[in-house]
Amino acid sequence: MADFEADDDASPKPANTDNAKSNPELENQFKKELVALIPHLRAFARTLAGDPASADDLAQDAMMKAWDARGSYQMGTNMKAWTFMILRNQFYSDKRRSWRSTQLDQEAAERTLVAVDDPGSPLALDELRLSIQKLPPEQREALILVGAGGFAYEEAAEICNCAVGTVKSRVSRARRALQGILDDGSYDRDGRPAGDAMRSILSDAERLSTVR
Amino acid sequence: MDRRSASQMIENAQVNDRPTSGAKPPPALDEARLRQQAIGVKLRQMFDEVVSEPVPDEFLDILRRADAKPTEGA
Repeated sequence: MADFEADDDASPKPANTDNAKSNPELENQFKKELVALIPHLRAFARTLAGDPASADDLAQDAMMKAWDARGSYQMGTNMKAWTFMILRNQFYSDKRRSWRSTQLDQEAAERTLVAVDDPGSPLALDELRLSIQKLPPEQREALILVGAGGFAYEEAAEICNCAVGTVKSRVSRARRALQGILDDGSYDRDGRPAGDAMRSILSDAERLSTVR
Repeated sequence: MDRRSASQMIENAQVNDRPTSGAKPPPALDEARLRQQAIGVKLRQMFDEVVSEPVPDEFLDILRRADAKPTEGA
C-alpha cells in the first residue's frame, strides 16, 4: 500500500484536515476526478492485461486502491499519473502472485484476438494490438504512456519508477521493435494472411489524414 | 472513432515530430519518420478507442458502495 507514497518528498505532509479523506468537500472533488479518470484507467489496463475482462478487473482494483489511499493524495498534483502508478503496481503484484503468468500472457493474447474480431475495426488496429503484445512489458508500457497516454517522459518515469533516460531508451527501442514486428509480420495472427500490417497502417493513416 | 479527431491527431503528430529546420531530410529518414508517425497515430487511436467506450456500470456501483461505507483506516 505504501508503494505510491514513496515519491511524495517534494511537499511536506499536510495537516489531516487538508486531505481528501477528512474533508468532505475535497473528498467529493477527489471522487469526481477519479470518476473522470476511469476511461483512461481502463485503456491503460487493456494494454497491460490484454483481454478486456481481466483489464476491467485490474482497472477496478486500481480505482479502489486509489479511493482507499485518497488520504495520502495531494490535491492539485497529477492525479492521472498517480492513479496510473497505482494501476501499474497492482498489475505487477498480481503478476508476481501468479505462477502461470507466462501462460496467461499467451492466453490473453489469444483472447485479445477474439475480442477485437469486430468487422468495424480496421485490420491495422488489430495487428497493432497483437504486435504490441509481442514487446517486452517494460517497453510496451513506456511506449503506451508516452505514445498514447499523453505523458511526458518525466511523468512516465515516475509512473514506472525508473530514470527518465531509461524511459526514453525504452520508448525508442519499443518503436524500433514494433516496426520490425509489423514489417516482418511476426505477430501472432492466428492463420490470417501475412505481411501487409505496416502497409495497412500507413494507408489507414493516410486515409484518415485526408478526411476532413 | 471520430474521424475528425483522428486527422487532428495526425496533424498534431506532424507538428510535434517535424524538426523546425527547413532542410529536407534524406528520403530514407523521411520514410522512417512517416512510418513512426503512422504507428503513433494508430497507437493513440487504439488507446482513445477504449477511452471513448462507455464505462461499465460496475465501476460506479463499486465506488458508490465504498463511499457509502463508514471510512476506516487504509
